[in-house]
Amino acid sequence: MQGDRRSLARTLTALENRTITLDEIKTITGEHQATTEHWESLAITGAPGVGKSCLLDGLLTQWAGSGLRVALLAVDPSSPRSGGALLGDRVRMTVVDHPTLKNNVYLRSIATRKASGSVPLIVADMTEFLLILGWDRVVIETVGAGQAEVRCAAIADRILVVEGPARGDGVQAEKAGLLELADAVIVNKCDLPGAQRHADELRESYELGTGTPPPVLLTSALHGTGIENASTMLLELASSGRSERARWRERLLAHHERKILESPQLDDFLEKLASGYMSLDDVIQSIGANKNE
Amino acid sequence: MGEPLRVVVAKPGLDGHDRGAKVVARALRDAGHEVIYTGLRRSAQQIVDTVRDEDARFLGLSSLSGAHGHLFPKVCELLRTEGLNDVIVFGGGIIPDDDRDALFDCKIRAIFGPGTPTSEILEFIQASNAMDDAGVGQTSDWHWSSEA
Repeated sequence: MQGDRRSLARTLTALENRTITLDEIKTITGEHQATTEHWESLAITGAPGVGKSCLLDGLLTQWAGSGLRVALLAVDPSSPRSGGALLGDRVRMTVVDHPTLKNNVYLRSIATRKASGSVPLIVADMTEFLLILGWDRVVIETVGAGQAEVRCAAIADRILVVEGPARGDGVQAEKAGLLELADAVIVNKCDLPGAQRHADELRESYELGTGTPPPVLLTSALHGTGIENASTMLLELASSGRSERARWRERLLAHHERKILESPQLDDFLEKLASGYMSLDDVIQSIGANKNE
Repeated sequence: MGEPLRVVVAKPGLDGHDRGAKVVARALRDAGHEVIYTGLRRSAQQIVDTVRDEDARFLGLSSLSGAHGHLFPKVCELLRTEGLNDVIVFGGGIIPDDDRDALFDCKIRAIFGPGTPTSEILEFIQASNAMDDAGVGQTSDWHWSSEA
């Protein structure tokens, strides 16, 4: 078990550093046999400070306690200046220290590195690798931020948006893009005033739209209120199905960006762009053409 | 430079002072490394689990409580038991000179006291990362000689 953990951690590093590819791993492990009975990957996203990590700790404790093996990929930002990162998501996680439950949970901190947006695309490969190894569910905690968050739609089967109380109308409208893609919304910190009202506003806003509205739940991760209910509901969460096109749009954009970032000639292209030897269209065409060779 | 190095910065035992650990974490981050901070009051087992799951190359232990002589060797022993032999361990905090040789004997490769320039810690990271036998379960008897 311990040995497995070590090689698991090492392989994730190799994937992250691009010293091995998922395709190479699959030649040994075989393809991932995806299930359609329930989701396998869930992205949890929302503004900084709404309590994502704390809420996740509660959910993971429930899930691990019911015998599920759950991996958590927790993303924090890299410094654009130095490239370094301070990864602090472990600090709030108590389930990884639990004497028995810790065997059902794997937590890995991930820095965004060069990726734009809130989730580096390599996380998609890391997720698939964990599922191949037999982890039941993979949860991806994104960088706490605003609208860039929709990129997680490119990676996860389901999206959980976490909100806090007393988030004004203006903010809500601004975050419409993200809320539209949500399969479920949790208003955390329901022990504070304004939470119930915010949940009501969200439900109302969803009812104005078309399709089945996503469930809107209230929790207090601090006091444990509503966690058990939320953990049961989330496990069986169905896709809202209202935004298939929007999801494929994100996947397409993410795929394109990844092709650019992983192009072996990227440095060369940037050099030529800077010195005026190539135009942006030239570069896009070259990268597209290389793929077809 | 290549990919960032992953470093776990940990506070073992009952010690609530983490200014030093945070200064070190910040310096490592600003030098382009990825630092996983454990938070306060961790047990040896919790620290070793973290190093294993996060696949860290380095482990930095900070103690100001006086219990370093008990806690640091315990962490090193557990790292070896779990087969994490190539992890490089360094320490810091209030560690009297008389206590240091015993810690070096446990294959802790550097001890940094108050007033150490962060640049020196970065030099140590580079020097020891370039070695292939500086891990906590490896053969070298080398340790960093601090100027301070």
